[in-house]
Amino acid sequence: MIEFRSVSKRFPDGTLAVDDFSLVLPSHQTTVLVGSSGSGKTTLLRMINRMVDPTSGSIEIDGENINSLAPVKLRRGIGYVMQNSGLLPHRTVIDNVATVPLLRGTPKRQARADALTLLDTVGLDRSLADRYPSQLSGGQQQRVGVARGLAVDPNILLMDEPFGAVDPIVRAELQEELLRLQKELDKTVVFVTHDIEEAFLLGDQIVILREGGHVAQVGSPADILANPADEFVSSFVGADRGRRALHLERHGDRDAVVDSDGRLAGVLTSRPAPDAVLGAEGSR
Amino acid sequence: MTWVLSNLGLIWARILDHVVLSLPPIVLCFVIALPLGWLARRYRVSRGIILTGAGLLYAVPSLPLFFVLPAVIGTGLRSPLNVIIALTLYGVALMVRVVSDGLDSVDADVRQSASAVGYSAWSRFWQVELPLSGPVLLAGMRVVAVSTVSLVTVGAVIGVQSLGSLFTDGFQRGIQAEIIAGLVATVGLALLFDGALVLAGRLLMPWTRKAGPARRTAPIEVSAA
Repeated sequence: MIEFRSVSKRFPDGTLAVDDFSLVLPSHQTTVLVGSSGSGKTTLLRMINRMVDPTSGSIEIDGENINSLAPVKLRRGIGYVMQNSGLLPHRTVIDNVATVPLLRGTPKRQARADALTLLDTVGLDRSLADRYPSQLSGGQQQRVGVARGLAVDPNILLMDEPFGAVDPIVRAELQEELLRLQKELDKTVVFVTHDIEEAFLLGDQIVILREGGHVAQVGSPADILANPADEFVSSFVGADRGRRALHLERHGDRDAVVDSDGRLAGVLTSRPAPDAVLGAEGSR
Repeated sequence: MTWVLSNLGLIWARILDHVVLSLPPIVLCFVIALPLGWLARRYRVSRGIILTGAGLLYAVPSLPLFFVLPAVIGTGLRSPLNVIIALTLYGVALMVRVVSDGLDSVDADVRQSASAVGYSAWSRFWQVELPLSGPVLLAGMRVVAVSTVSLVTVGAVIGVQSLGSLFTDGFQRGIQAEIIAGLVATVGLALLFDGALVLAGRLLMPWTRKAGPARRTAPIEVSAA
């Protein structure tokens, strides 16, 4: 469990990136921090492995204040995946994956053997092991990034817009892959994105942020979609328009579901019991 | 040509002198410029001082420097040390900026992600920043190597023997073949050093040759390394 306690961050240039932020991120769940640029989401993520230290407030991992931990040691115990993979261009795929175990003193042979297994885990062919990152496609690089993040089998995996720079088809693949992995590995994932669709797809808990790290709403995707806290959230998740604002139209003896642009979204095959209405979006 | 053939022993001796005079400055200037270049990049104040100082140092003409150094450091006027120290200074003057630029050329994302996965500042420098600035450093070292080999010849004027001695001797005694032999040998030696550096670069930086756009359909390359 990760807990933020009234955390604020003011950068040297005076920008208040995060203002009195408090949140509990439950273990073995995916928490998605979503917001537009300037919402402080990346700053919040980087505070968890002390890439950024808060100006005030504290962060605890499993009840331990991370300020009492040495940053380098803390980081070696937390998986980190970033946009553009952040791989080391002068190391082969296999050595990139083995980076952190090697830093922690795992024997080279062992680290490489483990890294090969991890390539399987993230769905990469072992024949890519001896290539350099620049010889891979964007999607493959990102998979290597995920494998590297998992290499020390960390409890916590931090993901900073990891799929932001790949094309939509590959992004969808990677998202599915992450869902599969998470089902298998059961990590505490903290995921940052500006894409609300991605947040709804991946998140157990969604945190919608507005300027300055202020929480607009925290909840499950279903909570947020069904009961947006305010105008801001409602407009951010698009609950008031397009393919999220659905209504029923009678066509013959069937109920058709139509979006706000008049496009047919589907037909209603059965009416749920009145108390189960919320489940519609939540089940995926 | 007959002069060359009958003086092969002399030429070979001068080549060895030349190598002994030029290798130490090339190696030393790299070792010294590394921390200075790092310092120049690290702090704004040190950057101004170090880079300006290096620029001024490079502006000092070599011949006067050869004369002044013995007075400053107390070596004999004809000591080979003068040449070695003077050329090390020139090398440092050139390489400090190169090191600083080289470290600058490392992608900020890579640097940040290295920290984020748990590199300490020290290990990040040696294992990430230094190798990635390798191509820039290599380019700088090639210039230093060639210019050092060439500058060593000036030492002949103050009596430190090298291939330059073939020029001075050839001029004084009017032996044209000796001058040409000195020139050819100097250029040859410079090329040899340059080639050695390029080769070292290939061995130490295999990723620079394999880097390129993704080749999805090409047969899998499995390197022996």
